Parts: sequence; C-alpha cells; structure tokens
Amino acid sequence: MSLRVASSRVAGPVAVLLVLGALWESYRWLGERLELRWPFPVNGRTMPHTWDILAQFFEPSRRNGPLLIETLADAALFTAREALAGFLLGAAVGFAIGVVLHHSSVLQRGFLPYIVASQTIPILAIAPMVVVWLGGRGAPGWLSVAVIAAYLTFFPVTINTLRGLGSADPRAIELMRSYAAGGWAILWKLKVPASLPYLFAALRVSATASVVGAIIGELPSSIQDGLGGAIINFNQYYVTSPESLWATNIVAALLGICFFLAVLATERIVVRRAPVHTA
Amino acid sequence: MSAERAVVSLRGVSKVFEKGGVVALEEIELAIQPGELVSLIGPSGCGKSTLLRVIGDLVQPSAGEARVNGKTAHQARLDRDYGIVFQDAVLYDWRNVGKNISLPLELLGWDRGRRAARVRELLELVELTGFESHHPWQLSGGMQQRVSIARALSFEPPLLLMDEPFGALDEMTRERLNMELLRIWETSGTTIVFVTHSIAEAVFLSTRVAVMSARPGRIAGVVDVDLPQPRTAETREQPRFFELVTAVRDRLRAGEDSAASAEEPSEENLYVAEERL
Repeated sequence: MSLRVASSRVAGPVAVLLVLGALWESYRWLGERLELRWPFPVNGRTMPHTWDILAQFFEPSRRNGPLLIETLADAALFTAREALAGFLLGAAVGFAIGVVLHHSSVLQRGFLPYIVASQTIPILAIAPMVVVWLGGRGAPGWLSVAVIAAYLTFFPVTINTLRGLGSADPRAIELMRSYAAGGWAILWKLKVPASLPYLFAALRVSATASVVGAIIGELPSSIQDGLGGAIINFNQYYVTSPESLWATNIVAALLGICFFLAVLATERIVVRRAPVHTA
Repeated sequence: MSAERAVVSLRGVSKVFEKGGVVALEEIELAIQPGELVSLIGPSGCGKSTLLRVIGDLVQPSAGEARVNGKTAHQARLDRDYGIVFQDAVLYDWRNVGKNISLPLELLGWDRGRRAARVRELLELVELTGFESHHPWQLSGGMQQRVSIARALSFEPPLLLMDEPFGALDEMTRERLNMELLRIWETSGTTIVFVTHSIAEAVFLSTRVAVMSARPGRIAGVVDVDLPQPRTAETREQPRFFELVTAVRDRLRAGEDSAASAEEPSEENLYVAEERL
C-alpha cells in the first residue's frame, strides 16, 4: 500500500473524529449558554471538554502515582491478554463445534437451539459460575476472564462456520469425489477454504466481542488490573474526576479497534479471493 | 463389439429420482470402446448429465449396472479411472492455476517436484504456459475451461467425462476449444464421453453420437460418425458433415415426437429450430 493510499484511508476516520469532537463541544457551549435542563443539564460533569479528557491522560491517576496514560496502558495490556486468550479459545471451540455440527444433521438439530439459547443468558449471570469453577481449581483469574470472553466469541464463529462449510459449490464436491477424496480431504482442501470469507466475517464480530467480554468478565472476578477494574474504580470518582472515566472508555474503544484491525490484516493475508468476493 | 474390453458399459441403467418420482433414465444400454469419443445429445431434461454422473459413480442408478474398465463404477471411481469437466470450470479461487491443476495429484500424494513437472507439461498441452501463478478470476472463460481440462487430465485417467464443457462459451472460443480437445484426444488416447446441446459440436467431435429423448430419458438412437480423422476446419464444410447433422436432428425430432405425443408440446420443439450450424 502506497503512502498516499494509506493516508487517504486514515483521513476519513480522522475527519469524522474531528467533526464529532466539534459537535460535542458545540453542544456543550450551546447547552451552557441556553442553560439546558433536558435531557440532562450540560456542564463539566456531564460533558467534560474534549481537551480536558485528553489532558487527563497526562495527569497522575492518583496522588503521587503514575500518569493516567501509563495506568491505562497497563490495564489495556492486561485486558488484551485476557481478550486474546478468550478470542483464540472461542474461535477454536466455535470452529470445532461448527465442523462437528456440519457433519451431523442430527446433532445440528439437537444442539443448535441450545447454542442459540446460550447467547440469551447475560454474561453477568455466567461469569460468577465460571469464576467459582475455575478459581476453585487454582486457575489464575485472567483465565476465568478469558473463558468468559470465549463464551461471547464462539457463537458467531459456530454459526458462520456452519454456513461457510455449506457454501462449497456442489460440483466442487462432485469433483473431489471423482478424485476419490475422503471426507477429511474434502473438508480441508475444499470446504474449509471455501468457508474462510464467512469465518472471517464472524471473527471480525468476535474480535470486538472478546474485548467486551473480557472487560465485563473482570467485574465479577474482582480483577483490579484490567480495564474493567479501571472502569469500576473511576466510576466511583466520577463526580470529582469525570475525565478519567471518559479517558478509560477511549482506551477500551481503541483496544477493540486494534483487535478488529488485527483480524482484518490476517484476513487480507489468508483469504485469496476474486476482488468481487471480498466486499 | 465386446463388452469385456469396453471402457464404459451400461446395462439396463434406470434412474428414478425420489423427489416427485421423475424417471430421469430408463433402460439405458450403451457400450463405449477404448479411444472412442462418444457424444450424448438431447433436449433439456433427457437425463444426459445424470447418465454421465452414473458413469462417474456420482449418482447411483435405481436399476441396472454401470461398469467402467470392467469394474463397477464405484470401484473405478476409487481407482481414479476418470477425470471430469463441468460446464463451469469449477476452479478453486484460493488456488492459482498451477495449484488448481495439481489438486488431484496432491490427493494422490505426488511429491512437489513431480507435481511441478506434470503441471508444466499440462500447461503446455492446453497452451497456457506462463499462466501458472495467475488466479482463476484473472482468466477468461475459455482459459478457465482449459485449466479445468488440464486438471482432469493431470493424473492420466483412461476416461474423460465432459458435461457440456463449452456450453457457456461464445461460438468462436467454442470452435477453437473443439479443435484443441480433438488434438488432446489424439495425443492422449483418452476415451471421452461428451455431453452437449449442440448437434454440430456433437457431429464434429465424435466417433459416435448417442441421441437421447426426454421423459423418460432414453437412447433414441446412435449415429456412427464416419467423417475422416483428423477432423479439421474443412470437416465442417463437407457434405457428409451436413448429412450426419441431419441424421442426428431427425433422431432428435423422432424422439421428441414420441415424447410430445405422450405429453404436452414443450419448449424442446423450439430447441431444434434454434440449433444453428
């Protein structure tokens, strides 16, 4: 990718970010002048200035402590590890479930309703059990969080693996049979490569879901070192320092974007497809 | 003709599709000898593609038996006795031309060096040298179909099954690929079963043309094509060529009349009128 193409790719999102920032500040300015009471009173507590949020990164996170940006970077790395482990675990399990269900319509009919149902149970209801089960066996806290993140991650992967494996051209399957290829060869040489666009569509969704899962998973696990812990912490001090929570939210969003982009980059390398199919 | 030596031997082959009880094939008898190029021609729905799939053990007959190289069709498939070419090239987008051609060789466990050497030979055979690392979507329809032919020939099967391989191509490309197919047939000595819609194509390519009729799918007659080999562009202008085209067309009409008397007249009557030379 040339520098010009790269800069034009970045220019769009940056312009949108600037416009959103300008809208935020305009609303703040207007709201204060007009003394808006609805839907909420506009002031430094409800809508801190964008520059105050940015400046907060370079303030100490607590008295005589490290800068907020350092604290948040450590927290983001910690959460990233949980999310990555959860993402990989969820993707592997989701793919394996998809492959098994693809090969048995009996299992598919029997299990699919419960796989769908699993996603209607709020993660906050699952998390304490996972923490108790794994924590009781002496597993580190971050592993419980990873399992909770995997619980969110596996579902789209399973659904799209099923769709993707079924997407192979029926004549391509006849072709494989004409070479006397067995089920294993048909799976790995045809069905899995044919399913990759579907699989990566799911992985893009799962990448951000795993970050959300990791952050939420930290709450019932009482893990203090990640972004979930930071959010709980700064929540308590919101009245005195709202900028810290906003700054934390920005870091969480950035982490999600990083995960998304990593999947996108992998997809570019792995999936060789006609240009029309990549959209 | 001896049935023992036959590459393909069909005896009383019938096929009823469970869905709707459609009789796709009824009592098909046909023997194809080594080195023959036999066309199956007939209107849509006459079961010619189904018959090809019965030979390839991709569809199981409801009754009768298909034998290939003296074995059951099933055993012949397991022994990789045939290569198959479809109307669409059915190339794998994620593999380049070379890797598409060598796919069957990979499954056969050939090592990398042997595969590469064979791919080079085949690219030369189908006149695609230099396109090895192109991806399928970078090729024209005719080039894609040549890749698919090279892939079918890669492991030198004694039988080549072709299901309307040039049906989706324009007339010019089609005629050029007809010539190429004949050249490949002569050099490789492969027996070919060729399904087509086109009377002219069937007569030009074949040693024999099996004319099929629809509902139920039957062989209405077999026309021996006694045009001299090798066939050239002039072959299409010989009086004998036109006589044979007429003979095949008459067989098709006869088959249709009997089917039409049993059922309502259908678009298949238009099909013959539209058939161009």
